[in-house]
Amino acid sequence: MAVITIREALNQALREELQRDKNVFLMGEEVAAYQGAYKVTKGLLEEFGPKRVIDTPITELGFAGLGVGAAMVGLRPIVEFMTWNFSILATDQIINSAAKMLYMSGGQFKIPMVFRGPGGSAFQVSSQHSQALESWYAYFPGLKVVMPSTPADAKGLLKSAIRDDDPVIFIEQERMYGQKGEVPDDEDFLIPLGVADVKRAGTDATIVARSLMVPLALKAAEELEKQGVSCEVIDPRTIRPLDIGTIIKSVKKTNRVVVAEESHPFCGVAGEISAEINERAFDYLDAPVRRVSGADVPMPYAKNLENLAIPGVEQIIAAVREVAYL
Amino acid sequence: MSRQTPNSASSSEAKGRAAAAVIEAEPPASEASVEARKAEQKARIKGLDRETLIELYYQMLLVRRFEEKSAESYSMGKIGGFCHLYIGQEAVAIGAISVIRRDDYVLTSYREHAHALAKGMTADSVMAELYGKATGCSKGKGGSMHMFDKRVGFLGGHAIVGGQIPLATGVAFASKYQGTDQVTLCFFGEAAVNQGAFHESLNMAQLWKLPCIYICENNQYGMGTSLERAMSLKDISLKARAYELAGEIVDGMDVLAVREATERAVARARKESLPTLLEVRTYRFMGHSMSDPGNYRTRAEIEHHQERDPLKLFFATLVETETASEKELADLDKRVREEVAQSVRFADESPEPDPAELYTDIYANPLVSSEAVY
Ligand SMILES: Cc1ncc(C[n+]2csc(CCOP(=O)(O)OP(=O)(O)O)c2C)c(N)n1
Ligand SMILES: [Mg+2]
Repeated sequence: MAVITIREALNQALREELQRDKNVFLMGEEVAAYQGAYKVTKGLLEEFGPKRVIDTPITELGFAGLGVGAAMVGLRPIVEFMTWNFSILATDQIINSAAKMLYMSGGQFKIPMVFRGPGGSAFQVSSQHSQALESWYAYFPGLKVVMPSTPADAKGLLKSAIRDDDPVIFIEQERMYGQKGEVPDDEDFLIPLGVADVKRAGTDATIVARSLMVPLALKAAEELEKQGVSCEVIDPRTIRPLDIGTIIKSVKKTNRVVVAEESHPFCGVAGEISAEINERAFDYLDAPVRRVSGADVPMPYAKNLENLAIPGVEQIIAAVREVAYL
Repeated sequence: MSRQTPNSASSSEAKGRAAAAVIEAEPPASEASVEARKAEQKARIKGLDRETLIELYYQMLLVRRFEEKSAESYSMGKIGGFCHLYIGQEAVAIGAISVIRRDDYVLTSYREHAHALAKGMTADSVMAELYGKATGCSKGKGGSMHMFDKRVGFLGGHAIVGGQIPLATGVAFASKYQGTDQVTLCFFGEAAVNQGAFHESLNMAQLWKLPCIYICENNQYGMGTSLERAMSLKDISLKARAYELAGEIVDGMDVLAVREATERAVARARKESLPTLLEVRTYRFMGHSMSDPGNYRTRAEIEHHQERDPLKLFFATLVETETASEKELADLDKRVREEVAQSVRFADESPEPDPAELYTDIYANPLVSSEAVY
């Protein structure tokens, strides 16, 4: 097993899947000649040529829709958004075309494609360039939503997403591209969509965390261990389909839950997970499910304000202590 | 034009500038006299065999009768939701689709019954879809605005104005990528031209040389808003130039004119892999949808256009050139009416979708874990 960054893991996944299937192609702004705005697509133009690695104009609605059309007749597009913030211009094609095509055609037209790029909070880029949109996309039947938190997950999940026959929203965390971890070398290393991962086993409280919150939850768990609280950290890895079974199993063991996320709390994924737990395991709860979410404000620029808007280790620790009545 | 720009009353200089900016367009084809049109169509008929001509007339008639029947069924409550009829515009879909192959692709808007029939879908499957039945082309899940049939290359039926334009561009992209010589026809209304999707698509299509033919069905209205009130540069064909596409104005009341223009565009797409924008000038005789009271245009205006009814024109041409007798065409009408009546019986008698269908066709790949939920 090699130790590589999330950026390199994603790059490997793209390369391997482009090699594996000639129907796979990659398009987006600056993905080819510039080597990717975040260098995730580095070297791919050189290896696969301009037919399969395509620089687009700045035309998100246009190329998202073009990808959906190409998928209708047999190609497997990977559409990169320079960041997910810009996908907002393409939501009509993602939601009204990609998500619904199979259904409204009575099962005739599947859309095997991946929309991917960095999302969530970035470093001091203020309101329009720093936001978490997963709850938007997870809302829609027909879409799958994936958010990896480690290099191995990033690689295994992206390969699965590309081989999947449904439209997949693949949200990489802008701050996490440089994070390192072990990744299996196997060319067919896949992680199935819809399967959560227990990142740390524990007995006293469950922390459900995704994306940027996973490393923070693990740090919180380490700290809490010293305080005598054993935490189980679960990363759903895919938001839709959501592996609620793994979460419920943990809740039945620990009886206490904190759901951490960097997105806004209102109508968010943590609220959804909380509702599922209430419906499926209310009798096992010793305390109300507690959410730790990003501040309910547009992202500010100033460093101190930005820090306040994104949940940190301290907040997760405080929430766990609260549900543990400590 | 009686409307004035806001500052034109106070500043004659501003008025002058505005006038200079207006691009001189050809007179719309609809201004030509009925006699002139007949003469043009008769000239176009030369070289076309009788079988093709009768088939074109049959198709237009099928659409006309099908739509009349749809209106009737809608009024009876058999068809729900929105229902946008194509009466008046038949020459466009029929003429254009008549020159492509079965393995070519067609995408259009919600006003798509005609395109579906022209591409080879049966009246039965289209009517059953309108009736929301399991035997409909989309299994009753799409309805009037979302018809699909993969076998004949009919890729929908899209209900977001302009939404099909990037999709069609992608279908054409795929044909080029796969190295086939298939072409894609993309139909849309003139109001869709104001959407970003139109401009984004034309730019990419010419940039990447995609075999897509963009067919703007300019019926002069987007719901109740006339083109006059919604578009600054009113000559749509000129917009092709902004993206270096070939562009053409076509008389949309003459099925043979539409055919010829589409033939040129298809040749360009198939042989040179180049896109084209056709602005086809037409008119819808009915309301925007079945629920449209239509008080934004006068009776006289509608009647003026009805004199140019594409079916009447073609009927006269066929008879006057002795391609077919009145009797033959009347017999054909009888057969068409029977075909449509049969589709209504089929739709009526077909079962509703099984309730279990509510939860099918959402994902192509099933869940890997029984513990997971969508
Ligand atoms: C994005 C969007 N906005 C508004 C509507 C509502 N709407 C449906 S059809 C229509 C008019 C479209 O006119 P045009 O494109 O000229 O096509 P036509 O109906 O004349 O065939 C409008 C406003 C819609 N379906 N989609
Ligand atoms: Mg119109």
